[in-house]
Parts: sequence; structure tokens; C-alpha cells
Amino acid sequence: MIRFILKRLTSAIPTLFVIVTVAFFLMRLAPGGPFSLERPLPPQILANLMAHYKLDQPLWAQYLDYLKGLMTGDLGPSYVYRDFTVDELLLQGLPVSIQLGLSALVLATLIGCALGTIAALRQNRPADYSVMAVALIGITIPNFVMAPVLTLLFAIHLGWLPAGGWGEGALVNKILPVFALALPQIAVIARLTRGSMIEVMRSNHIRTARAYGLPAHVVVGRALRGALLPVISYLGPAAAALLTGSVVIESIFGVPGIGRHFVQGALNRDYTLVMGTVVTVAVFVVLFNLIVDVLYAWLDPKVRLE
Amino acid sequence: MSNATADAAIIPARDLEKGRSLWSDAMRRLRANKAAVAAIFTLALMALACVIGPMISPHPFDKVYQSYVKARPSLEPYPTAEQIQDDLERALRRARVTIDSFSVEGDTLAVTLSADEKIDPRMTRYIDRVDAFANARITGEENDGRILHIEADVARTLFLAGTDQNGRDLLTRILIGGRVSLAIGLLATFVALLIGVAWGAVAGYAGGRIDQLMMRFVDVLYSLPFIFFVIMLVVFFGRNFILMFIAVGAVEWLDMARIVRGQTLSIKRQEYVEAARALGVSQWHIIWRHIVPNALGPVVIYMTLLVPKVILLESFLSFLGLGVQEPMTSWGVLISEGARNIQDAPYLLIYPSIFLAITLLCLNFIGDGLRDALDPKDR
Repeated sequence: MIRFILKRLTSAIPTLFVIVTVAFFLMRLAPGGPFSLERPLPPQILANLMAHYKLDQPLWAQYLDYLKGLMTGDLGPSYVYRDFTVDELLLQGLPVSIQLGLSALVLATLIGCALGTIAALRQNRPADYSVMAVALIGITIPNFVMAPVLTLLFAIHLGWLPAGGWGEGALVNKILPVFALALPQIAVIARLTRGSMIEVMRSNHIRTARAYGLPAHVVVGRALRGALLPVISYLGPAAAALLTGSVVIESIFGVPGIGRHFVQGALNRDYTLVMGTVVTVAVFVVLFNLIVDVLYAWLDPKVRLE
Repeated sequence: MSNATADAAIIPARDLEKGRSLWSDAMRRLRANKAAVAAIFTLALMALACVIGPMISPHPFDKVYQSYVKARPSLEPYPTAEQIQDDLERALRRARVTIDSFSVEGDTLAVTLSADEKIDPRMTRYIDRVDAFANARITGEENDGRILHIEADVARTLFLAGTDQNGRDLLTRILIGGRVSLAIGLLATFVALLIGVAWGAVAGYAGGRIDQLMMRFVDVLYSLPFIFFVIMLVVFFGRNFILMFIAVGAVEWLDMARIVRGQTLSIKRQEYVEAARALGVSQWHIIWRHIVPNALGPVVIYMTLLVPKVILLESFLSFLGLGVQEPMTSWGVLISEGARNIQDAPYLLIYPSIFLAITLLCLNFIGDGLRDALDPKDR
């Protein structure tokens, strides 16, 4: 098991390396720079700034420099948020984003699996149809529509929850963003669970368990073990989708996470900040895929860890 | 003679054979799926409305009606009775005249104005300037021009879906935006199709080290946070409408490549491919004539599911302000504007969302229907 994990981790290094390289050069190919403002800076000041941030050196030297910094965990200074290093900015935002993303993931998995199981056990009955209808709505209505609607309903009309802000992580501030973020994933997971659950319930070992007259919750529990496999393998893409979705959710609800650094950084050509965000997100995606693989192997004895 | 009868007997048999081909069979099964058929019709109707609607709409999509900012959706034409008075008072405030009386009969507005001095007849232009009135004319004057009788036509305009925060007709904008969203959905899918099919077919057919290298590349791109990739491409290319769907398509081809490669791996071991190779057909010809057409089934299914994904992605980019630029619009832009005005004008969010949701629903139904129709297990 440990060897498997180590092997996967080492195979992730070239992937991360390619990601860093592609992102670095793509970013630099884009026209404009962090200091091309609407009112151009005087040439000497600009030259000094460029020299200070080592932007006047050839691109490959900057690239090597960045790699060297990356090895020691130094992501460099932010060009736009002066007085902040990228490390500081990410450390501020990351706990918030992780809280938001993980809560959404847990919520989506729990509710999605529960709804999918109910739908599968009541196949082609009203409960099934209503769950699937809700899931279809969840898939077709993008979360940037859902989020303002939820705000309108719960924050403005009913006044139960705050419309935005993070409030130092108070629970009431989390409910709306987490729910808005989780909703599309709830829909996907419910559909996945239903499909695989229906298949598993027809399989031989479940029929046998039923024939033995085992109580319903035992049968369902055994079926779930098999039926959750597709859901587990979906968790990797789901985590990536949550990271993406959080860009929008964080800006709608004014949550101070790292999602907003994506867009703002790219628009401001804040090279180091964007690179830092990309590296962080890539590390998370790779880590998450690893966790998913391990979980998968643990649940499915047919998969051998090699 | 006997040959002729044999031919005659063979021809109907061939027709029968044709009737059972993969695609006609799939079509038959698709036609039996009521949800899918309804979805196809709805989608066709939607596309037709988006293409023709803006042409027959009385409002150009970028025309600003200054008097009708955020007018509510209504089946009654604007202006309403109170609005006429408001508009008139606002129009004449700068002319320094008093409105003695006004009345509306049918589509004609009659006003009597008075002032301490002679009224300049050119002030009718103040009235013309309002969107609701046109063709203001002086019908009579009294007291050396200190009292004027003016008539103007009331221009009745219909805003079925209301107007946006700049006073532009929302329905026309939704239809124009639909053109953009649907076009991006189709074209980006096409780009993804081209790259994905070519990449997957070549990788699968070549096999060995080339295959490993090509698929490793796909794996790496897969773990790249793709939204960042798109943002980069959009920033890099500038906010160009045509380049945007190339950017989106260039990101969405990864799944397609995997699907096609998987298909290719099984197809290339079929006898007909070996026969073609034995006959000396060139490799590209084999890929193009034998591999690609036979791998199309899953590709078609994936395509119908990719179109809504791309439309959503475009909306997502537009929502972040990286998409289509004013005065052009797309559903994503309209939705993001609606989200900003949700407190005082929720219909600005609701109407474009309905159009988007219906389109996505239809595409999902069609995709599910195609999957059922092409599924070899069910046949």
C-alpha cells in the first residue's frame, strides 16, 4: 500500500512539472505585463521595477529562478498586491477555500448518495421521478444562476441568512455558499448512484442476500459497497469541478478564498500569483486523485495496487 | 433472362438489409423515445427563434430606449397612462412651460401649454426626444403664441420580456444571445471533435510508444486546472468571439480523444481492417475510412453531452467578464447582468435562465435518448 502511494506520488512529479512549465510560458506569451497600466509608468521607474522583480532577465533564466523558488516553497512576491508574497496571499485564502470545498464535497456526497439510493430502491415510482427531476434541474441550472436565486430567497426575502461575506467563518455565512457549490454535484452524484445501485441490486450476490431473508438495511449496505465505486471514481473530477465552481461562488458571496485570485491574477498579469494558484490547485487535484485511487482499491478487491 | 429475375429478387433483399443498419436502427429507436423527440423539436424551435427572431423583432438588439429602463415584462404595450404624464412632464421641464391640460385619444396625444412669454415652436423637439412620442406638431396657438396646442403620436412599443438596465429589449437580446451561445456550443464541440477524433484515432491505431506518449500528454492536460487554461487562452487571444470557442474546444477534446482511442483499439483488430491492410491500403486511409466511421457511435453521444457543457462553460466565462463583449451578448452575459440586478428586476435573471435551462434540458434528453438508441446491449 505504502509503495503504491509512493509510486503514485513520484509519478505526479513530472505531471506537476509539465503543468508548471506550460502555465509559466503560456502566461508569459500573453501580451501585456503586470506594470502595463492605463497611464504608462515613466521608463526609468518601469526599468527599475522590472529589474527589481528580475523581469528584465531572459525568460529561461526567470523560469529556472521560478523552479528554484518552487523547490523551497517560495512562490515569489505578488506584482499587484504589493507588500504581499504569494505564499502569504495563498495561506490567507487557502483555509477558507478548503473549508468551503470540503464541506461542499461532503455535503454533495452524503445527499447525492442518499437521494440516489432512495431513487434506485423506489425505481419508476414517484420518489424516483421526483429525485431525478430535481437532479436534472441541478445539472441544467448553472450554479451562478442558483447562487443569486438562493441569495434572493433566503437572504433578502426571508432574511434568514447573510447575503454575503465570510464573517470569520461563522456557520450562517457558510450555509449558502456551500449549498450553492454542492448543488450541481449533488445532482450528478445522485444520478450516478441511482444508475449503479439499480445495476447492483440486480446482481447475483444481492439476490442471494435477499433470498437468505437478510434485513433490508443489510442488503442495501452490501449493495452500496459495490454501487459506490463509480461515485468514488467521480470524486476526483468532482473535486476539480468544486475548485472551478468556487471561482464563481467565491466572487458571488464575497468569500475571501483563493478562487478569486485565478481570474483577477490573470487579468492583472500578476504572474507569480496566478502561477501560485495553479500550482496549489494542481497539487490538490493530484492529491485528491491519489486519495480516490486508494479508496477505490480499498473498496474494490478486484483492483490490485500495483 | 434468369439473371434478370435473380437481380430482381436480390434488390428487395438488399433494401431489407439496409433497413437494419446501425444508424437506421438507432434512428427508429430514437423516434420511439418520446422525450428525445420532444427535445429535438423544442431545440429546433429554439434555434429557429434565435436565428429568425432578432430579424423580425421590432427592436434592434442594441437600441437603447432611454424612457424604458428596466420596464417590466408585460403583454400590454408601453407607455402606460401614468408613464405618459411622467414622460411629458420630464420632457417639458427644461422648456419652462406649464402643462395646462393633456389628453390621450387612441394613439394621439393632445397637449395645451402656456408660458409668460411667446413659446418657441422648436420646443416640440423636447417631446420628440422621448421614446414614447413621435411626430410632435403645433395645431394652433392663442394669445400671441403664449398658449400652444400640440399634438403628438404616441408610439406604442411592446416589451414582452421587459427591458434591461440600459433600456434595451430583453427578448431580442435573449434571442441574439442565444445565437452566440448556440453557435459557440456547436462550433466548440466541432473543434473538440476534430482534435479529439484525430488524436484518439492516431494514438489508438499507432499503439506502442506513440500511443503512450500521446495519452500521457492527455493525462497531463487532464490534471491541469482547465478553467485556468481557458482563462489563459482567452487572455492570450484577447476577447475575440471566434477565438473563444477555439479555446473552449481546445480544452474539451480530452474526453473525446480517450473515447476514440478506446474504440480504435478494439476496431483495429477487426478482420476488415486487417483485410484492408493486407490489400495495401495506406495507414491514413485505414484510419479515415475504417476506424473513424466505426468509432462514431459513442462520439455522437458524447457530442450531444458536450454541447451543453460548452454552452455552460461559455456562460461561465461570460459571467466572469471574460466572454462576449458589449453590445453583443450571450446567455451567460445576460444571466450575470440579471444576477447583478436581482433585487429590483428579477426577471432580468429569470428569463435568460429559462432559455438556457430549456436548451440544456433538451440537449441532455437528446444525449440520453441517443445513448439508449445506440447502446448495443439493448438491441
